[in-house]
Amino acid sequence: MSDNHGDHVYLSLAEADHGPEGEARWAYGTGFADPLLGVDRAAPAGVDAADLAAYCLMLGDDTLILAQRLIEWCTRAPELEEEVALANLGLDLLGQARQLLTRAGQLDGTERTEDDLAYWREAHEFRNVRLVEVPNGDFGHTVARLLLFATARHALYERLSTHVDPVLAAVAARGVKELAYHREYAAAWTLRLGDGTAYSAERMQAGLEAVWPLLDELFTADQAELRLGVDPGGLREPVLAELTEVITGAGLTVPQAAPMARVGGRAGRDGVHTEALGLLLAELQVVARAHPGASW
Amino acid sequence: MVTTAPSAWEVAAAVPDPELPMLTLAELGVLAEVAEEGPAVTAWLTPTYSGCPAVAEMAADVAGRLRAAGWAQVEIRLRLDPPWSTDLITEAGKRKLAEAGIAPPVHTGLLQLGRTRLAVPCPQCGSQDTEELSRFGSTSCKALWRCRECREPFERIKEI
Repeated sequence: MSDNHGDHVYLSLAEADHGPEGEARWAYGTGFADPLLGVDRAAPAGVDAADLAAYCLMLGDDTLILAQRLIEWCTRAPELEEEVALANLGLDLLGQARQLLTRAGQLDGTERTEDDLAYWREAHEFRNVRLVEVPNGDFGHTVARLLLFATARHALYERLSTHVDPVLAAVAARGVKELAYHREYAAAWTLRLGDGTAYSAERMQAGLEAVWPLLDELFTADQAELRLGVDPGGLREPVLAELTEVITGAGLTVPQAAPMARVGGRAGRDGVHTEALGLLLAELQVVARAHPGASW
Repeated sequence: MVTTAPSAWEVAAAVPDPELPMLTLAELGVLAEVAEEGPAVTAWLTPTYSGCPAVAEMAADVAGRLRAAGWAQVEIRLRLDPPWSTDLITEAGKRKLAEAGIAPPVHTGLLQLGRTRLAVPCPQCGSQDTEELSRFGSTSCKALWRCRECREPFERIKEI
């Protein structure tokens, strides 16, 4: 396309006729909405489609909500490079969310699209862990949350990359390499802040203390997850070992805080969230709800 | 003189990448397979990163070129397995990247925790005395580097 429109970039964007596809003139066009286009939809033999849908929703909600939090740093990050970095991490997570939510909508019998699931559910219908929804706090908090999430999700994706569901396995196999970069980024900043000034170490430690009670939920199995042969409890030891290596390497202290209480035994995976999720969703969903069905 | 119409693979393989237009989709390793059957052709693309926003543009460009070349039924499908890797960038692709001032990926293997030291030659002057400015750049697949010798900043394709 671009080779014919060298005169002015905006002219090519404004053209009504953009090849046979017509509508996909821009990367964010509406011409190619399906992130699983042409990928086999069926659940593999022996796997309960409802369980697989529920699990894809949990993992997709985790990455969707954390992507939204990371993107909140745009125009607010301490340095331009960090703003670009955090937006890039968010983009990876958003891409994973798009595939996982699409898979969930295909399998749960409702035929809901990724957009239906992202924009038209209420807070209690989201299945993300509470770790990803709490506000960013300062940069130390953000790095601490990212360190915990990326380390745990990297370990989970490593295991899921051989899962019997080929789509989940493919998302995980792609994601494990992306999460390796996220983990590296968070670990590098933990070291830099922990090993920096007394003040930066204090802020980094405060960030770790603030998010630590939310770590446990990542290791707490959901019944659907267990039926799919995944036990996140097995991640606890290796993930804690990795986190301990980074935190002590930064001259900081591994927090001892107890896990955040569940509500009547329920937490994020059951749709029980903190107040912060509703506020996040209000911003995430406002445009889609104000202009239902709009495209651009 | 005998002229042969290009195959569907040749048509699809010549489509430039929307974000790295000095490379074709085949050189980038995004074009996984093209199958022809009479007037119908199916092309499989493997997206680079999970969130790569250029997939829509790639699919539209491939479909458009195939239709323009005479195939009446064109289907574009995604292939997620195996995932895209910088290993799939061809040697010609790496050379074209370097010629355009973008350092190609230098090694493969999973990123490990801890400090890694990469020897990335400057695509401008060839010096090995380079340093990373930011692991994340203008697109998901690039990092921002600088040459200490010629002082020029440059982008680099990250290994994944």
